[in-house]
Amino acid sequence: MSVVNLSYRTAFSLVLKRDLTIALRHKDDILNPLLFFVIVVTLFPLGIGPEAQTLSRIAPGIIWVAALLSTLLSLDRLFKSDHNDGSLEQMLLSPQPVFILVLAKIVAHWLITGLPLILIAPLLAVLLHLNEQSYSALILTLLLGTPVLSLLGAIGVALTVGIKKGGVLLSLLVLPLYIPVLIFATSAIDTAALGLPYSGQLAIIAALFFGSLTLAPFAVGAALKVSTN
Amino acid sequence: MWKWLHPYANPEVSYHFSGKLLPWLSAFAALFLSIGLVWALAFAPADYQQGDSFRIFYIHVPAASLSMGIYFGMAIAAFTSLVWQFKLADASAAALAPVGATFTAIALITGAAWGEPMWGTWWIWDARLTSELILLFLYLGVISLHNAFEDKNLAGKAAGILTLVGVINLPIIKYSVEWWNTLHQGSTVSKLGAPSMSVDMLWPFLFCFLGFVLLISVIVCIRFRSEILARNSIRPWVRDLVAAHLNQEKTNAV
Amino acid sequence: MSANLAANTEPALISASNLTCIREERLLFDQLIIEINAGDIVQVEGPNGSGKTSLLRILAGLSQPYEGEIRYKNQLINQSREEFYQNLLYLGHLPGVKGEMTAQENLHFNLTLHGSNINSGEIEDTLALVNLAGFEDSLASHLSAGQHRRISLARLYKSTADIWILDEPFTAIDKQGVHSLEQLFKAHIKQGGCVILTTHQDLLSFAPSQVKKITLDYMGE
Repeated sequence: MSVVNLSYRTAFSLVLKRDLTIALRHKDDILNPLLFFVIVVTLFPLGIGPEAQTLSRIAPGIIWVAALLSTLLSLDRLFKSDHNDGSLEQMLLSPQPVFILVLAKIVAHWLITGLPLILIAPLLAVLLHLNEQSYSALILTLLLGTPVLSLLGAIGVALTVGIKKGGVLLSLLVLPLYIPVLIFATSAIDTAALGLPYSGQLAIIAALFFGSLTLAPFAVGAALKVSTN
Repeated sequence: MWKWLHPYANPEVSYHFSGKLLPWLSAFAALFLSIGLVWALAFAPADYQQGDSFRIFYIHVPAASLSMGIYFGMAIAAFTSLVWQFKLADASAAALAPVGATFTAIALITGAAWGEPMWGTWWIWDARLTSELILLFLYLGVISLHNAFEDKNLAGKAAGILTLVGVINLPIIKYSVEWWNTLHQGSTVSKLGAPSMSVDMLWPFLFCFLGFVLLISVIVCIRFRSEILARNSIRPWVRDLVAAHLNQEKTNAV
Repeated sequence: MSANLAANTEPALISASNLTCIREERLLFDQLIIEINAGDIVQVEGPNGSGKTSLLRILAGLSQPYEGEIRYKNQLINQSREEFYQNLLYLGHLPGVKGEMTAQENLHFNLTLHGSNINSGEIEDTLALVNLAGFEDSLASHLSAGQHRRISLARLYKSTADIWILDEPFTAIDKQGVHSLEQLFKAHIKQGGCVILTTHQDLLSFAPSQVKKITLDYMGE
């Protein structure tokens, strides 16, 4: 046995594998937010009326708002149980850079909660009579946008994980930060419905993605140090 | 480079220094605000299109721009505190947040009140009003996070991180809301804003603006002093101060 | 004593100057000075709520003191974070064991994360040392709190860290287990490590003079 310096990649994949293993053995964590997503979307036609024209007009907004809310619902699992059983402080005490471990946890969170949303979204788009030309825009915006939701959301959870009733506070912290993603994503889908190019909006969401990818892990690391203090 | 700042980094020194500053700030704030408001509300010319309802502009615009300014001030304080472990910066950030939230609320309420005679409705999804509303959420987030921590030191750090995240997002949110607004703007709605300002409007506006800046300084100064006391309650100088105050009250009562 | 004299020429493994800690507006300790050398075993004592856990967490760099600084071999710990954490093993109140993973997976993750390169045969042997033979593949959620504790303590047997900081390591451990842990501490300090711990029990395997004490009894005013 010897002490080795884990390469960043090994440390990353160690944590990623661990989080995925835990999620797969605790499938409710994957299914519940997904079910929530489907139910919220189903409520809108019941509340608004079944006219296809109205529904297809508001479909992008409904799907995206439901995606925001279901991400919000699933954020807690990112750090809460690790905080409660002490594994979080052990991670902070490891010689690995904190941002690598945090990034691995966020990627795992996206694979568990973001990716399933993208897979089921086309089905919901059918239910809401989304314009046929918009499907690719819907998938692309979700593909680029949901990682931003996980990254920004992680900052909020990291700040509130040590607080007893942090749940409501979390939504107050995180939802305002989600507004730009919501605006550009729904606009891209609307633009696609008109048959116009929407690469501008996609580029902005991509910029948001890369910006939060580089900055969020450091903010999360700093916030976790405060929360475990 | 920071050496001259050093004496002010001592909580006791800055407590007494801000105490000396306070009466002067209060006097100037009262002077500028009363001149500015009387001038703006009573003597400045009415707008040729909007009439007297335009006068709310003298409150709405300073409040709106200062509400953003206070957030940036808070971010600078948070940055100083996180990078240089400068504890007083934490106290000033904590002192700023509720003041900023109040000014944001003032901007929202005056904006709604201005919109009523202009558009016949209390709320319109105007770009500035929408940004102000989101800014209010950001402020409330910082304040609630600060209150959720029992330990004031931790509260300051957590709120500081959130403020910095917010200040990076603020321009993005503002830009996206403006972009959203032009995208969905109907042809009938004209933007909430000032016509090109004539000189007899500019002077009262500047007085009002400066008056509000001074008013904010006064409130922040008072809050800053009480934050210092709360954070240093175990320090001997604070205990002496309290003891002296209690003695004073006793002799007054006699 | 000769071991201590020899160690004095080397920088202290972990040292703290002017440590002040305030929790909920209560002063727990003020201007504390600590120096712990290779070969020391240090017991932190004091009544409940006197700040024992706070002190251990501050020494491990998990909490920030109100004032003061911690050094590892004369270097500030936040400036030599990686080196310090390669040489620190901290076990707190919480075992850091995931219920969804087996005993073996838990130990493997914790060891690998902290830089130990270890194969599955060694992991089984280590679990046997803490009386968990036969439980390697049980999900930790099916195990008791005492068994969780032992999964986390098993790391001590494979640790190459100099500094062990242990918060109540003997909780939920039987007499036999306490004895073998004490033997482990003995071997560790002999090899030039140090142990800092809190416990309500006496350390029976050590002569009373061998155990250094830090007593926290600052009760405020």
